[in-house]
Amino acid sequence: MPTHAPATGDLLVILRHAPHGSSWLREGLDAALVAAAFGQAVTLLFQGDGVLSLVEGQGPGPLGQKGTAATLDMLAMYDIESLFYDQVALAGFGFAPQQLQLPATGVEAGAIAPLIAGHRLVLTF
Amino acid sequence: MRYGLLVEGAPYSSQAAHSALRFATALVARGHRLESVFFYHDGVYNAARLAAPPQDEPHLYDAWCSLHAEHGTQLQVCIAAALRRGLLDPREADRHGKSGHSVESPFELTGLGQLVDLGQAVDRLVTFAP
Repeated sequence: MPTHAPATGDLLVILRHAPHGSSWLREGLDAALVAAAFGQAVTLLFQGDGVLSLVEGQGPGPLGQKGTAATLDMLAMYDIESLFYDQVALAGFGFAPQQLQLPATGVEAGAIAPLIAGHRLVLTF
Repeated sequence: MRYGLLVEGAPYSSQAAHSALRFATALVARGHRLESVFFYHDGVYNAARLAAPPQDEPHLYDAWCSLHAEHGTQLQVCIAAALRRGLLDPREADRHGKSGHSVESPFELTGLGQLVDLGQAVDRLVTFAP
């Protein structure tokens, strides 16, 4: 069960898509980075297939796309360190929290509404 | 209230743009102010000036333009998302050596920073994603 207080901030970016197969994740992360560069306190929530974005060891693949692992590594430089993921979704894919590329906090479904309520602006990708 | 919309779905590919437009129409009918519609991800295709849908379907491009003409709503398009999808205004077309342009006024190419500004400026920013 989550024991932390719900995170708050200016902007919550919800990422629902896996890192490969579409540009959703990349364009969602771009929006988060720009907002952070504009001085907004940004929180990320990885939900559904989006939790796969956090799994470590992913390369760009043969399609010539840049991949998003490098962008995730840059988040800390932009002071985006408030990262949450849907822990049921992660477990559903057979991954453990130890396999994540970045330190992130697992949340249960019940903690997502307070997370959304704690941010004035929410962007969904 | 002052509203902004974020549209992430391409026209005719998903319901997102249709729903966003219906929401926009309802907003202004109820006396709210719609400051801007920001097009991002595949939503940038809504700005394609050459869109020619069948006559018995809603003409989304014309409807966005009417929204601008009648209510002063800004139509902002993420420039990075647009350029890689072949959506260029005359200036960008010239800069990239292209023989024609696919975006023109009242749509304007702009940066993601404008989306952040919009989010701060309005009371509600509503996302329409596929």
